[in-house]
Parts: sequence; structure tokens; C-alpha cells
Amino acid sequence: MTDKSIITVDNMTARYGDKLVLDALSFGVKRGEIFVILGGSGCGKSTLLKHMIGLYKPCSGDIRIGDSSVVTSAGTERDALIRRFGVMYQSGALFGSMNLLENVCLPLEEFTDLNRDARELIARMKLSLVGLAEAAHQMPSEISGGMKKRAAIARAMALDPEILFLDEPSAGLDPVTADELDELIIQLSRTLNITFVIVTHELPSIYKIADRIIMLDARTKKIIAEGDPAELRESAEDEWVRNFFNRKSESTVSTGEDHEQ
Amino acid sequence: MKNAATQSDASIDVERNNGTLLLSFSGVLNASVAARFWLKITRALNEKGCSSVVVKGSDITQCDGAGTALLVQIRRIAKRMNATIEFQDLDSDVLHMLNLYPDRLEDKAEKEEKSVNLIDEVGKTTWDNLIGLRDHIAFMGELTVGLFKTLIRPSGLRLKDFMVVLEASGARALPIIGMLGFLVGLILAFQGAVLMAQFGAEIYIADFVGKSIVRELGPLITAIIVAGRTGSAFAAEIGTMKVNEEIDALTTMGLDPVRFLVIPRVLGATLMTPLLAVLTNLFGMAGGSVVMKGLGFPLITYVNRVISAVTPADYLGGLFKALVFGLLISGAGCLCGLRTGEGASAVGNSATRAVVSSIIMIVIADGIFAVLFYYLGI
Repeated sequence: MTDKSIITVDNMTARYGDKLVLDALSFGVKRGEIFVILGGSGCGKSTLLKHMIGLYKPCSGDIRIGDSSVVTSAGTERDALIRRFGVMYQSGALFGSMNLLENVCLPLEEFTDLNRDARELIARMKLSLVGLAEAAHQMPSEISGGMKKRAAIARAMALDPEILFLDEPSAGLDPVTADELDELIIQLSRTLNITFVIVTHELPSIYKIADRIIMLDARTKKIIAEGDPAELRESAEDEWVRNFFNRKSESTVSTGEDHEQ
Repeated sequence: MKNAATQSDASIDVERNNGTLLLSFSGVLNASVAARFWLKITRALNEKGCSSVVVKGSDITQCDGAGTALLVQIRRIAKRMNATIEFQDLDSDVLHMLNLYPDRLEDKAEKEEKSVNLIDEVGKTTWDNLIGLRDHIAFMGELTVGLFKTLIRPSGLRLKDFMVVLEASGARALPIIGMLGFLVGLILAFQGAVLMAQFGAEIYIADFVGKSIVRELGPLITAIIVAGRTGSAFAAEIGTMKVNEEIDALTTMGLDPVRFLVIPRVLGATLMTPLLAVLTNLFGMAGGSVVMKGLGFPLITYVNRVISAVTPADYLGGLFKALVFGLLISGAGCLCGLRTGEGASAVGNSATRAVVSSIIMIVIADGIFAVLFYYLGI
């Protein structure tokens, strides 16, 4: 399984000072799947994501994307590595001094030799992919939270990465907007075969989009469950995990039906 | 009016009966009532030992969070004194609220944190400062490398950002620079006039004003304005970007924040500070001329005197100082911005730190320049 993985996390331990945050995690993300990192607040989901994209260095262990280590690579190897993925941050993290078009153009401007017209066309294409073609000339401060997140996805996709990391894409959005975002993720995954790594704690969207999940435990700092969400709901080894899914799933199932009607 | 009415509605009676304390509540038990009776009740409970406490609350019409807190407090004190506690006729809602709270409400860590060891503290502060120093040195290195790279390959500079910095830190500072320069020149000349009039040497005010403004005060005032306007703005801008994860976004896009954010700012502010100092000098001397005019000297006399007193070395030395100040201020501003912690208050802290450390560095650098210029004979 590991040899097919595009991302491999190998025995990784993370600490903030003396505080253990993640304890010896090992897992792999397969090419083309939608992989969800799940867990309650404060269990280290976002920390794990920031380790996977190389913002934080783990205390021990390794993280590889393809054959390159996120932890130790440097120079041109790192540049190539960074180009393989895009990141959408919790707040969107759009550059406030640029409008949406300029935000999406920026990576193209910095890393390609395309002329201005070509760059703008590509940026407009990416924006239309997330349904924001109309808002190209608006500033980040003028648009809603959901639009910011979608614009951030457009920017993350500017250089056609193989992997997209999304940090809480549907947090703080109303159910309809969150659902639209989920649809977008599924669509991108199917049509462009992008691998998604998503951090979230929204159960409805997990059932909808996740191919595979891992669940982090705030107490032991380890992975408490791994697999398909529907299977885990039925037959997780850990009772707490089953309860977690089942208790929430009653309300989830009903809202899911509402949507279909 | 309503408040007064509800207050008078409430009453609490304290009765003591063979070691039994009877507390009867009636009416509204809200924050203002609890505030009035809090001390009275806790004192009554603590004063003399009692073996049992009875709380009667049949007439309570309303009970809010503060009222519940009063009841919890009574229960806690009773437990501490090993007295039995009984709630009689309490409304089931109130009783239910009361049972939500455990007796132990303190945080476990509260007591542990208080024992701070002096040696621990000293060691921790030293370590933090050493880390800070290392960051400083690393940043200076990155900045130097970045500046040289930009000099070798100017196309790497983001022109639009650079222009925005030039405008914000240069052109927009003109009015305040002009006003302060003018006033400082005026004040300086006036103070000089009071002194020099005693010796009948008013004409030397021109020398005094010219030399001190061009060599010292012009660059210094400019630097302080730049620190307050531009240094703090850099720290706040970059700090906000840091809090917003925009710096992280740059990093994971493979764009170096130093090249992308710091270089245009540092370069812009460093170039603008000497230009602003030229204006401060000009306005300062204009301020001096007003006083001279008031003393009856024609303008041309003043101008000639200034020109003969101020040498090109004075002038260029002053501008060079301004250049260095600009570099220090913008570097400190950007570094403070990049080192911003988490949360909105961290941005404010960064801006403050940027201004304070800029001004300290300006004064230290000015001292070094004074010694240097003295030995160089400038």
C-alpha cells in the first residue's frame, strides 16, 4: 500500500515545546483519493497538515511526497516539491493588497514565463472553475468567507498541482455554501484527478466526499481509526469512534435526505 | 425605575438557631441583589461556626447566574466548614441550575503555575533572548543576500509593491516632515537667539541652525517620523499577513517572504529617508530664517551665512546617516512583522516593538556616527 502512496507519513512525532501534539503517526495517501483528517478540536489536525506541507518540522520521523522528503529536501528539489501541491488555508489567506485575479496570477507570474494575457486567461479559467469568474476584480476584503475559500482554491490550483491540501474548507460556512464547496471538491477530484488532503470536523461533508479518513485522538495523540467513513460507523474497533460517528450520523442522515428531496 | 423596584422586591433574612443558620430568600435573586447581600451572607456563614445551614427559597421569583453563584457560594462555604446543607422549598429549576455546578471550580493548574522559580525564569528569558538574537542575525543575513540579489538582478524586484512603498513612506510623509522641520528650525533659532543676544552675536544663529539641522537634527527627526509612520506600518502590515496565514501561503507557494515582502519595503524606505531628510533640512532652515527676519537681518544675509557655515561634508554626512537610519528602521519593522505571534493583539505588539527598537537603534547608531565623524574630521 505504501509503495502506491503519493504522500507517506512515516513515524512522525510533533511537539510544541514540551507538549506532545502528535505521537508517531504513520499513514499513506493514495494518488487521486480524497483523504480526510478528522478529529475534535485541539487534536492536532491543522498541526499535522502544516507538517505535511513543510511549514513545521517534526521532532522525528519523515514525510515524503513522491520520493522527496518534505522535511529535509532543499534547493531545487524543494522547489520542485513545493510546486507539486497547493494549499488552501483556513482563512483563505488571500493577499489583501491584490484583487482575486492578481492573487491567482501571482504564482503564474513568479514561476512561469507566460505573458500577461496568457496568465490572466489561465487565472480567469481557474476562477470560473470555482464559480468566481464574475468576481475577478474584487478585493479579498469585499467578498464573503465562502468566496474567499473558493478563491483560495483557485489560487492553489494556479500551477496545476497534483495534490491540494485544504484546511477546514467548510468551517464557518452555511450548509448550502458548504455543500457547494463539497461538490466542487468531488468534481475536481474526478475530472482533474487531483489528490485531496482535507482537514475537517464537519461530519456531513465527510460522508459526502471522503474516500478514506484517519481520525486523530486528542488524548493519546495517535491515530484512533483509519478507513472508509461508512465502514467505520458500522464496525470501528474503538467504541468511541463508533459512537462519534453514530451519534452524529442520525442528524447527518436526515439532513442528507433533505438535500436530495 | 424598574431596577429600583426589583431591588426592593428582594429580601434575605438570616436567622441563627442553636447552630443552625437559616437563610430565607424571597423575591428576585439577580446580580444587583447578589451584590448587595454577598458580603453579608458570606460573613454570616464564616462568623460563627454552625453545624447546619438551611436555605429556604420558596418565595424566589427569579434567579439568574449571579443568584445561582450566591447559592453555590453558600454551599461551598458550608462544605468547607463541614456543615450540613439543606435547600428547602427551592424551585425545581433553580435546584437544577444549582446541581449543574460542582463544588470544585478551581483549575488544577492554577496553584502549580504560581510557583515560579527565579532561576528558571532567568534561564528562560536568557534563552528567549538568545533565540531572538539568532533570529536577528539570520534575518540580517537573509536581508543582505536579498538586497544583493536585487542589485544584481533588478527584475526580481516587484515594481508595483516597490512603488506603493515609495509613495506611502515618501510622498505621503511630506506634510508632517515639512511641518516638523520648520518648527524645529524655528525653535532652535529662537533658543539660540535668546542666548546669543547676550553677546550681540545674533548673526551666528545662522551657523548654529544650519550646522545642527544638517548634521544632526534633520536626519534624526526624519528618522523618528519614518519610524513612527513607516516602521510601525511595515510591522503591522506584515504582522497582519502573518496572522492571516498569508506568509504561510507565500512559503508554501515557494515564494520567499523576505524577497517578496521585505526587500521592496526595505529598499523603498531606505531610499526615501535621505530624500525626506533633504526636505527636513530645507524646512528647518526656513524656520530659522523666520526668527532671523524677526531680529532684523535680511534673508540674503542669513542664506549667505548658512552657505558659508555648512560644508558639503556636513550635508552628505547627514544624508548618509539618514540612509542608515532608514535601513535600520525598515529592517526592524519588517523583522518585528515577521516575528508576530498569534492573534490580533500580537500585531499591535509588533508595531510597538518595531517603533521602540527602531528609535533605540537610531540613537545608538547616531552615537556611533558622532564618534566616527569626529575621528574622520567630518
